[in-house]
Amino acid sequence: MSLFKNVTAKPWERKGVIGGLEPEGAFESPNEKVALSIFLVVASVVFSLFTVGYILRMELPDWRPLSEPTQLWFNTALLVLSSILFQWARNITKNDQEKNIRVAFFGAGAFAILFIVGQLITWDNLQNAGYFLTSNPANSFYYLMTGLHAIHLLGGLWVWSKSSIRLLSGGEPKDIKLSIELCTLYWHFLLIVWLVLFALLSNT
Amino acid sequence: MAYVPLADQDHEMEMHHPHSFVEKYVWSQDHKVIAIQYGGLAVFTGIVGLVLSLLFRMQLGFPDTASFIDPNFYYQAVTMHGMIMVVYLLTALFLGGFGNYMIPLMCGARDMVFPFLNMLSVWVFLLSVIILMASFFVSGGPTGGGWTLYPPQTNLAGTPGHDMGIVLMLVSLAVFIVAATMGGLNYVVTVLQYRCRGLTMMRLPLTVWGIFVATLLALFAFPALLVSAIMMLFDILLGTSFFMPAIIESGSPLDHNGGSPILFQHLFWFFGHPEVYIVALPAFGLVSDVLSVHARKNIFGYRMMVWAIIAIGGLSFIVWAHHMYVSGMHPYFGFFFATTTLIIAVPTALKVYNWILTLWEGDIRLNAPMYFAIGFIFTFIHGGITGLFLGNVVIDLPLSDSYFVVAHFHMVMGVSPVLVVFAAIYHWYPKITGRMFHEGMAKLHFWCTFLGTYAIYLPMHYLGFLGVPRRYYALGTTDFIPASAQDLNTTITIAALFVGASQLLFFINVFWSLRNGPKADPNPWGAASLEWQTPDTPPVHGNWGDSLPTVYRWAYDYSVPGAEQDFIPQNTPEEEGPTMNDDGMDKEA
Repeated sequence: MSLFKNVTAKPWERKGVIGGLEPEGAFESPNEKVALSIFLVVASVVFSLFTVGYILRMELPDWRPLSEPTQLWFNTALLVLSSILFQWARNITKNDQEKNIRVAFFGAGAFAILFIVGQLITWDNLQNAGYFLTSNPANSFYYLMTGLHAIHLLGGLWVWSKSSIRLLSGGEPKDIKLSIELCTLYWHFLLIVWLVLFALLSNT
Repeated sequence: MAYVPLADQDHEMEMHHPHSFVEKYVWSQDHKVIAIQYGGLAVFTGIVGLVLSLLFRMQLGFPDTASFIDPNFYYQAVTMHGMIMVVYLLTALFLGGFGNYMIPLMCGARDMVFPFLNMLSVWVFLLSVIILMASFFVSGGPTGGGWTLYPPQTNLAGTPGHDMGIVLMLVSLAVFIVAATMGGLNYVVTVLQYRCRGLTMMRLPLTVWGIFVATLLALFAFPALLVSAIMMLFDILLGTSFFMPAIIESGSPLDHNGGSPILFQHLFWFFGHPEVYIVALPAFGLVSDVLSVHARKNIFGYRMMVWAIIAIGGLSFIVWAHHMYVSGMHPYFGFFFATTTLIIAVPTALKVYNWILTLWEGDIRLNAPMYFAIGFIFTFIHGGITGLFLGNVVIDLPLSDSYFVVAHFHMVMGVSPVLVVFAAIYHWYPKITGRMFHEGMAKLHFWCTFLGTYAIYLPMHYLGFLGVPRRYYALGTTDFIPASAQDLNTTITIAALFVGASQLLFFINVFWSLRNGPKADPNPWGAASLEWQTPDTPPVHGNWGDSLPTVYRWAYDYSVPGAEQDFIPQNTPEEEGPTMNDDGMDKEA
């Protein structure tokens, strides 16, 4: 039943089973995927509010823009690679194949770890160059937003590591099919968030 | 293809059957046990909030009689009372308590979609309560900056709890948000995905609709509180200047520079206003069902009620700055928010009319739950109408810092939801416990609470008109406040102590009836919705025995002409009730 039909239905008029033998569920996707999608909206709200805070705070006179380190371009490439490998892993399991699944899945996680290491190195370089957390609100926002993004990625890596352990301890790729699909969705989301953040940070 | 309900395709459910006492009542994954854990913890926290309010009312009614109530303690009590009641009592009770209990039963499901996550949610909520309560025992005590926690005042040395208290409050809120998000994902996905066969969204009882939309609001509004809590913690602990401006404390300048306190206010109220509806919408839903059942009539304008819930939910995100008229804003900005605030009154008023029209010519049964539900209509109209006054900038400015506002929001989001809580607990008590409560004691509880709260808040409006400022520890002497204002304050305090004490009637009734109440009929009120049709009372683990119910009708078939009884349960096949043609008329007619 379409959404429009649904909300315009007159439930007091229609008796009997609506929808035949189908169970009532709004979405065909697995419940976990529905839950993750809603969570992604929640996470988007969090990042959007930080962005709004950033833009409003930026207009105050003590704001000194931070010149973002060029290494961020390299880190971005790592995250893109991670996302691509997840997509590859997802395509493999979607077609019920197994070839290269370990390369794709482990590689995807490894590049994500490298991304976080890269971000930490950027932090370290900024600290060494005298750009401390408290020296300017632009710096505070930089550390806060990149840190928050990295924490989200770490959360994803926790799920990834659980699935990896399952795969390493003799599990079949089809056992973690859903997990791979959810990781892929989550990684694409975090890549988009990162690209938006990166654009925001480097253009202001 | 044989029909297998979605919920039964989940074989893991079998593995979750509890075996020991600990699995059954402590680490339980049963939504009903979790609901009672959530609700019990929320009510316990609420009692702390209630006692705090009685303590600071003592200071206002009988100044300086209790020596331990110094200004610091007064502000701490006011702050903790506010935050506890709004977040830890009402939000947790409506979503975690009623949401957990009602959603799977009303949707005809065996449990929530993610039972383990559900269990985690209640334990994380416990953690947040422990962190909150810990702030009473640290040096400096809990924060006294007001429940809105506005910087910079909250973080300055003059405010009690500016060191550890505020940190624990912010951490506790962040932990609470994690718990609420885990629970919230569960409730939303369960409503979307686990409805039994035949139960379309538009056949859901309004309770589920109210909790569903309120949960969505919680999911999308709590992030604003999380963001402000994180940034404020950075300001306090790491010395950043997100919100903290350059400021001089006790003669010496602080390290902060250039932060924007107004930014905090925007973030806080972007959460704070939807929060009002996170509390109100479940109350709207629950009270609709109670009214309909005890009036033996279908809820008037069901579709309108659903749309009103959705409209209120949407609009609640664009009215937040009406809490900030006094912060100094562009007149057009104020104009915008005054307009949206008045617009949100339209769907809200529709709901009130529909409740009254549900009662119109109903076969009203004045059972105890109905007393509370009708009482709610009174208090909500009063609180709502003062809201229309305060929504206008020019009226808000002089009244904003007076007791008028205190009276307004206590009527609309304190007393009203709490009356619904009592209505709902009395209404579903027979299903939850399998026993009946003592009707007379419940009605006595109603009159004490209803008349008592009016005795508290009606005079408070008048104090506000007189110009008595809120948040003051002592009034002192002014030219414009007559000495008799103190007499009114004393009266209010006596009424508050009376209302506080009369809640014992509720607790005695609830606990006494657990063992001594007469055994309840599985469906004592003759209700049509699914939760009353469970094979066992109280429902056991898995709720529905061997097979899930099938739904053939909406939840409000009361007093249907030609039917045997004055209600037709949702899972009664169509042959047993009269069928309707497209015009909504009986086919036989």
